[in-house]
Amino acid sequence: MKILVPVKRVLDYNVKPRVKADGTGIDLANVKMSMNPFDEIAVEEAIRLKEKGVATEIVAISIGEQKAQETLRTALAMGADRAILIVTEDRVEPLGVAKLLKAIADEEQPGLIILGKQAIDDDNNQTGQMLAAMTGWGQGTFASAVEVAGDTVKVTREIDGGAETVELKLPAIVTTDLRLNEPRYASLPNIMKAKAKPMAQKTAADYGVDIAPRLTTVKVEEPAKRSAGVKVADVDELIGKLKTLGVVA
Amino acid sequence: MKTLVWVEHDGAAVKDATLSAVTAASQLGEIHLLVAGQGVGAVADAAARIAGVGKVHVADDAAYAHALAENIAPLVAELMGHHDAFVVPSTSTGKNIAPRVAALLDVMQISDILSVEGDATFTRPIYAGNAIATVKSSDAKLVLTVRGTAFAKAATEGGSGTIEAVGSTGDKGVSTFVSSEIAKSERPELTSAKIIVSGGRALQNSENFTTIIEPLADKLGAGVGASRAAVDAGYVPNDYQVGQTGKIVAPEVYIAIGISGAIQHLAGMKDSKTIIAINKDEDAPIFQVADIGLVGDLFKIVPELTSKL
Repeated sequence: MKILVPVKRVLDYNVKPRVKADGTGIDLANVKMSMNPFDEIAVEEAIRLKEKGVATEIVAISIGEQKAQETLRTALAMGADRAILIVTEDRVEPLGVAKLLKAIADEEQPGLIILGKQAIDDDNNQTGQMLAAMTGWGQGTFASAVEVAGDTVKVTREIDGGAETVELKLPAIVTTDLRLNEPRYASLPNIMKAKAKPMAQKTAADYGVDIAPRLTTVKVEEPAKRSAGVKVADVDELIGKLKTLGVVA
Repeated sequence: MKTLVWVEHDGAAVKDATLSAVTAASQLGEIHLLVAGQGVGAVADAAARIAGVGKVHVADDAAYAHALAENIAPLVAELMGHHDAFVVPSTSTGKNIAPRVAALLDVMQISDILSVEGDATFTRPIYAGNAIATVKSSDAKLVLTVRGTAFAKAATEGGSGTIEAVGSTGDKGVSTFVSSEIAKSERPELTSAKIIVSGGRALQNSENFTTIIEPLADKLGAGVGASRAAVDAGYVPNDYQVGQTGKIVAPEVYIAIGISGAIQHLAGMKDSKTIIAINKDEDAPIFQVADIGLVGDLFKIVPELTSKL
């Protein structure tokens, strides 16, 4: 079975985002970018399924500017077999991404598509579900465990209040939650080997998909700042404050 | 504008998250509700009493028993033939279903809205709440998920909605529910608690959570939360997690104990009215957002605090 793993290049999660002074977005010039953390978990899960003999081939996919090649090389260094980059300089929304991925799924005929549950830049949490709608496949979102058996996959999902398990017919869509696995680091020899792995370059036009954005960003602002607080010296003073707040009598 | 609001329920009662979504929907126009599930008569009756509600569409069928998105989304897409907006609370169920509906309608969803600025203009947090984007939709229909802590809850009484049964769109046959494990808790639910006591990695183990954090929470009648570090270390179950990838809370008082205050955690609690931090590291980022800070050893401070309350 073939597994597709879409990955996104995002502002590194350790970097504090800075809003541009003109209110048009986040300043991404000269800041560290890396693979979306949830996508690393998706790549790792695909590799583990290959190591178990469930998957035969892993195809990593990214949509974005040329620099997204680096993100795909990381996926290849972790263990993906080949990569597809759909180059676009324009902003692409989850709906457009899902349409492109649907076109690739039609071409590649995978058994599973594993995505991160959300990208830490736009925080949308939509692409996997949208792709599932377009393919008509079952969706196992926010997965903390994935178990393929025959022509079905059992997915344990993190839900408010606990966990639930669903069984999906293959092919299916899975989106990863944080506790699914601990992604591996790419070793230096594997980083070198990844340079020789195939990476196809495409454009959205190759798939005949309209990815024009439906949403316009009117402005981007800093959230309201909290006013500076006070430090108290001991527990008694803290209790005094709690009394003022009306938390304790 | 006719809006259709997804009613989040547990089979017996309407969940609070729905009430915030109703308030958001009321800023758009006429409010219709959708109650889907199996044996949901009582839920539908309760939903019809929510203030401001017009019609309550009830889809009672085994196919909807566990809110599987594969079966629910086609039902909603059909109802959207005569509604202009689908409004969903940002719960795990809501987040699972709404994008599937949006794609069936070929529209872009707007996730986690914080405010309604106009007919098709909304604000929403991006980059873990480090920026607020104002976005305008050009789509014919809207699909919105609503951040519960950003909207007041609609009154649960005073409405007189009319209940109307809708036909089932059936089981799509691609997914089945197997089982669920719900963590039991006597304490207030995290997302609706007025006070939250939250612990981090500094607690060192789950016993300390039980002996230090929980007694304080019980004394205050508070909900118990945790940082991702505490959850990953196995001190508490994952549904305690407060943060970008866990629950978003905005209680009256949030007490962060042994939590450094990483970006990811702050995204889940920085809209709390008063933040109190107890941490031995006076340079911890949590003190930059805390209204009241106490620098010191939590193993001494918290038991002393609990005993003096």
